[in-house]
Amino acid sequence: MLVEVVIKALFILLVAIGSFVPIITWVERKQSAIMQDRIGANRADVAGIRILGLFHPIADVIKLFAKEDVVPLGANRVMHLVAPVIAAVPAVIAYAVIPFGAVYAFGAKEISLVVADPDWGLLYIFAIGSIATYGTIMAGWSSNNNWSMLGGLRASAQMISYEVTMGLSVVGVFMVFHTLKLTDMVFAQDSTFRLLGFLDVLFGLPVPVWLDWLRLPNWGIFLQPLAFVMFLTAIMAENKRPPFDMPEGESEIVAGYHTEYSGMRFGLFFMSEFIEVVVIAGLVSTLFLGGWSIPYLSQETIIGAISSVFGIGFATGLCMILHVLTFFLKVIVMIWLQMALRWSLPRFRYDQVMDLCWKVLLPLSIANVFVTGLVMLLVQRGAA
Amino acid sequence: MTASVVFFYAFAALAVVSALGMVLNLRNTVASAMSLVVTMVALAGIYVLLEAHIVAVFQIMVYAGAIIVLFLFVVMLLNLRTDAFSPGRQKLVKLAATLIAFVVLAELLRVLTTGLPEAQPLPEGYGGYAQVGVALYTDYVLLVEVSGLLLLAAIVGALILAKRDIG
Repeated sequence: MLVEVVIKALFILLVAIGSFVPIITWVERKQSAIMQDRIGANRADVAGIRILGLFHPIADVIKLFAKEDVVPLGANRVMHLVAPVIAAVPAVIAYAVIPFGAVYAFGAKEISLVVADPDWGLLYIFAIGSIATYGTIMAGWSSNNNWSMLGGLRASAQMISYEVTMGLSVVGVFMVFHTLKLTDMVFAQDSTFRLLGFLDVLFGLPVPVWLDWLRLPNWGIFLQPLAFVMFLTAIMAENKRPPFDMPEGESEIVAGYHTEYSGMRFGLFFMSEFIEVVVIAGLVSTLFLGGWSIPYLSQETIIGAISSVFGIGFATGLCMILHVLTFFLKVIVMIWLQMALRWSLPRFRYDQVMDLCWKVLLPLSIANVFVTGLVMLLVQRGAA
Repeated sequence: MTASVVFFYAFAALAVVSALGMVLNLRNTVASAMSLVVTMVALAGIYVLLEAHIVAVFQIMVYAGAIIVLFLFVVMLLNLRTDAFSPGRQKLVKLAATLIAFVVLAELLRVLTTGLPEAQPLPEGYGGYAQVGVALYTDYVLLVEVSGLLLLAAIVGALILAKRDIG
């Protein structure tokens, strides 16, 4: 049991954080270069081989480790050293509850591809995320630098504001799926619904037979499109990357809360943002894009089709591999989307970020809860 | 000793040590507030051991994650120095604190001497969001509404204090 959990944790850490994070530091440069018609990082080489600059992440890490770790004069030493760790750890452990595959039965043994599966999985992620605020606030305060302090205050104000919106914007999602458990949410999305079904359920209009085969996957993005946009906005603002990079600002407060950081401690802040990009991609895929589920091909369909030819054990194993690959494909698409947004939108002003949160997203997400509840009530009435 | 007992003592020790750190750290208010965060997180761990998962999550989200951040804002922006805590200015506070401490001690002694009730098996789904939600919106709906009203009043009050020229 314990061995199984450790293997799953190691797998997800190695794939999602050990290999995605270094590669997306490279992707960030290359994608921005392509979008801005430049060549991008390609100078680091090993024995003259460059392979598109893929050695840059390794070179970066070696450089960061070799640099001196400076603690500024008058800083609070303990807090200054601990702050980057507090910023990075919540991002890493958030992956514990994100399922990267379904439950597979090999004979009597069942393998569930998620490290921990509490009933309140989504709330766990929100709780962990709220702890990350302390990394920035401690970094800002302990550096004994006014820019850092202002950056830390801005960062934490932004993070606690967007936490409210982030939580409220997905209420509709767990109303639709009747659960907060992330594995159950994905199971609920591993099916399809009739695109025009609302016509006869809500309004009693008959749907023509030749249109009734139109089905969509039961994904959050189709059931709660507004929640998808709001949640993506809120969680990207929570991550403090451009266009929401209020805590930094070369012309206002230098590098914000990590102005006084150097070496690998700066690297930890830098990395925690990228780890969060991967976590956001995983969470959004799980909530809105069906996680591991393959559209139109539910788990039973796949296993049933393959097992009739190759036997049940092989079919289950193949299905497991397909599901894991599907999940990571969705994660890659979401990472690409975040990068594309990061390089195409101009930076907001601080008051615009706060207005967006409190005056646009918050009322909209409350309205979304009401409309979702109303529609669900009408559907229940119609079905009964 | 089972794992949950080990975890209980670990969290309890952490809670006591960090609470002491909060009280004794008079020189450095920020470090004091950070100790309070550790206390809150340790309490959340104890709630998890008591199967009160939702209380634990909200303990972290609300207390550790939001309220103490606001404490920290105030502490950092006021930039308090040690002389703000001179002994003469706090007589009344100390008196009140001592009284409250005695009341808590008396209550604790009463509970411990009367003996604890027999342990009962937990009902299905205890401490889950479904049960907590049903309890909040049926048995305690009046309290939920009243506290909502109280918060609304506080928000309006804060707005008026922040915008005095609102007229």
